[in-house]
Amino acid sequence: MAILHINLDRFHRAACLMVVVVSATLGFGQNKNSCLDCHSALPEPLNVTQEKFSQDIHAQKGLTCASCHGGDPTKDDSDKAMSRTAGWKGHIDRRQVPQLCGSCHSDPATMRKFDPSLRTDQLSQYHTSVHGQRLSKGDTKVAVCTDCHSVHDIRPPSDPRSTVNPVNVATTCSHCHADANYMKGYPIPTDQFAQYNTSVHHDALTVRGDLSAPTCTTCHGNHGATPPGVDSVRNVCATCHAFQAQMFEKSTHKQAFAKASLPGCVVCHGNHGITHPSDAYLGTGSVALCMRCHAPGDRCDQARANILAELTSLDHSIKRADNILKLAESSGMEVSEARLAQNEARDSLTKARVTIHSFQPELVQQDVQAGLKIANANFETGQRAMAERRYRRVGLGLSLLAICVVVIGISLVIKHIES
Amino acid sequence: MFAALRKWFDERLDLDDLLAPLRHKTVPRHRLSAWYFLGGITLFLFGIQVCTGILLLLYYRPSGNEAFESVQYIMTRVQFGWLVRSIHSWSANLMIFTAFAHMFSVLFLKAYRKPRELTWVSGMILLFLVMGFGFSGYLLPWNTLAFFATKVGTEITGQVPVVGKPLMVFLRGGDDVTGATLTRFFGFHVAVLPGIATILLSMHLLLVQRLGMSLPPRVEAAWAADPKAKRETRFFPNFVLRELMAWYIALGALGALAALFPWNLGTKADPFASAPAGIKPEWYFLFMFQTLKLIPSKVWIIDGEVLGIVGFGLAATFWVLLPFFARDHLAGSKKWITGMSVVALAYIVAMSAYGYLAH
Amino acid sequence: MSSSSVQPHLEPQVTRRRLISILLGGGLLASLASFFYPVVRYLVPPPVADLGTDEVVAAKIADLKSNSGKIFRFGSRPGLLIMNADGTYRALSATCTHLGCTVQYRPDLREIWCACHNGLYDLNGRNISGPPPRPLEVFDVHLRGEDIVVSRKRES
Repeated sequence: MAILHINLDRFHRAACLMVVVVSATLGFGQNKNSCLDCHSALPEPLNVTQEKFSQDIHAQKGLTCASCHGGDPTKDDSDKAMSRTAGWKGHIDRRQVPQLCGSCHSDPATMRKFDPSLRTDQLSQYHTSVHGQRLSKGDTKVAVCTDCHSVHDIRPPSDPRSTVNPVNVATTCSHCHADANYMKGYPIPTDQFAQYNTSVHHDALTVRGDLSAPTCTTCHGNHGATPPGVDSVRNVCATCHAFQAQMFEKSTHKQAFAKASLPGCVVCHGNHGITHPSDAYLGTGSVALCMRCHAPGDRCDQARANILAELTSLDHSIKRADNILKLAESSGMEVSEARLAQNEARDSLTKARVTIHSFQPELVQQDVQAGLKIANANFETGQRAMAERRYRRVGLGLSLLAICVVVIGISLVIKHIES
Repeated sequence: MFAALRKWFDERLDLDDLLAPLRHKTVPRHRLSAWYFLGGITLFLFGIQVCTGILLLLYYRPSGNEAFESVQYIMTRVQFGWLVRSIHSWSANLMIFTAFAHMFSVLFLKAYRKPRELTWVSGMILLFLVMGFGFSGYLLPWNTLAFFATKVGTEITGQVPVVGKPLMVFLRGGDDVTGATLTRFFGFHVAVLPGIATILLSMHLLLVQRLGMSLPPRVEAAWAADPKAKRETRFFPNFVLRELMAWYIALGALGALAALFPWNLGTKADPFASAPAGIKPEWYFLFMFQTLKLIPSKVWIIDGEVLGIVGFGLAATFWVLLPFFARDHLAGSKKWITGMSVVALAYIVAMSAYGYLAH
Repeated sequence: MSSSSVQPHLEPQVTRRRLISILLGGGLLASLASFFYPVVRYLVPPPVADLGTDEVVAAKIADLKSNSGKIFRFGSRPGLLIMNADGTYRALSATCTHLGCTVQYRPDLREIWCACHNGLYDLNGRNISGPPPRPLEVFDVHLRGEDIVVSRKRES
């Protein structure tokens, strides 16, 4: 992120004067907000057009340039409009930005006039965040309000074009956090964004369009952005994955992890690049997780093998039923009811995969048995459908035989008549 | 017993007298006579359609809310319902195919010549009716494909200059394809079209009986040159038995197709869902559909689609009136008609194949 | 012809004719039987008279206790019928909008709960906690005699 510390005031005034002269001769300049008259023609970073500013939620609520920058926009003369005596602040230093925004956003009385439901704790939260703490220590590279929310075209988060809309949050954070150069000197990695983009959460958010799926701020917080500590990881995941968390809580792993100061969920599932879990995690192959800590042949290894066997058997049964039902359906048998019931079997498998977090084979087995019963019944339905298919084909064969006999008979009759 | 029954009827109806013309009626026999069976097979398939259609009516419910479920009910719950519906669908497609084949065989055997102009005209109208049967019947299961095919099809109707818009609203029973369209199409399919088709079919058959089988000009010339080469068979029983044999073979093929490749039902139409990609009409409309797709959106100042529709309309009218352009005394006239038929056939086949393969 | 040696009193021609007519007659009978058998079976009305998905009898009044739920088949998908503690009924789609599991009524929470990922919906179908991204579809419930009839809400 390029940060300008150069004082552009001189250039600013000269350029503005020129624009005023030009626009005055053209009959413009009668506008109340004289700032935009110049700034829409100025080069970056001083460029702010009417079009851009009109997108800003503040402009829509009736705020003007002067609300933040001070000065007197009713004056056409740039010297008068931008005089320090009129309260003109000019360029807002980065260190001042949170305080400036907070002057309204932390004041419930002010905010009530615009949107009573809006929170007013952003500034105090910001002070607790890593960004805020570093800023107070004089580190100006950290994010301030405007870095995430943009500056002159701030849109409400519900707007899909907003930089803080759930779909865009990760990209917004990545502007700094994925820039290895910019992050030099900070002891944190810069591959979170790349990892997140491969994760199941990213998939849910952008591909499936599930706006409740987590992005950076869901786990790290937004204004009070901090990495969740070892103890709080489980709580963060549990906001959505409550069931898994409950089971884990009661399991023996809870204490074992705590003793080894391991951060819960993350140990197995990772953090930013969480991929869709697979049953192979329970196996002994390259992606196997259990065996990273457990020794082969012990009690836990047996439990692992049991659980894996349960899941695999249900998975196989479901697939077997799916296959025969698909085959029956493609040969014209109507098995929609069984195919519907397959969903229940799949539900059981999903549930069993959740129950794994109890690490108790008996509990997993209960779910699996329920699913197996349904899947096997569906498989039998499929077999009956295939038997029905055979029956139809035999029937067809018989009637074709009769037709053949008739055709031969007629042809003989014709031959007989014509001979 | 059979003889006694026959005698009983004979005494009252004088069967012998009634059947006498059939006994004397002869059918020419030559190397091209196999083509004569196409019309008969089309008739047979039409009969199958009537029978299976009536059977389907026992359980079918023509409303947007129930149509799909009632067809599903026929296919799952009613014994042999799958077979009846499958035969109806297969027979419909085969009938349209044989009707087209019949039309082209008549063209190539030049059977449309004087005095058979009316037979040709009634046959052409029957062909359009058959396509109407196909179009209206396709919607009745109320599945996604049918829904969107109907949407596109009626949309194209709406492009016809002047009468298009009212015609589209008439077909759809409103501005959009809804349950009202289904009810309407059902009415066309089981009442309006069968009524008209029955009248035209009777006319067509009566004309065929009255005028007898046509003889291809080349065979006619050969026989005129050499009367000894002339060969004929009796209509009854020889030709009828052959026809019967053809029908039985058609029936066997139909049964096999229906049992081995039952017609899929698909998923229920959702009027609010977006159209699935690559929506295509039934194969017999494909050549027109593909042509309309290929015409640029603007040709000079005329809308491309309108141009295509008007073009097809003119072509169809011309095709119906084709026999009136054939003049016996003009030696070239039949030649260009045959040439044009070849071009038309090639066009239809090529466009259909292109439409089938294109996305 | 071999048949003439077996039946020497008949002309070969006549034997042949009889053979043909037996063949033809038998074939005709068999083929007609194979046409009419399915038709006759088709005419017999099936025991289940309906397969509606727009309206379905979800349960009998006696089937449900107050503050409980029941899964019923609504067309090709499951539906959830709930009898509230105050005796009113409510019916919703039972397919969780998250990953498609079948939801259930939780009498202790008086809410609809998806066991797969702990998604919660209120009785109006709104997703109130957990992963579900969208609300559940709500159906109409009517009482018709002893039957509780659930129907899809009419599109306006």
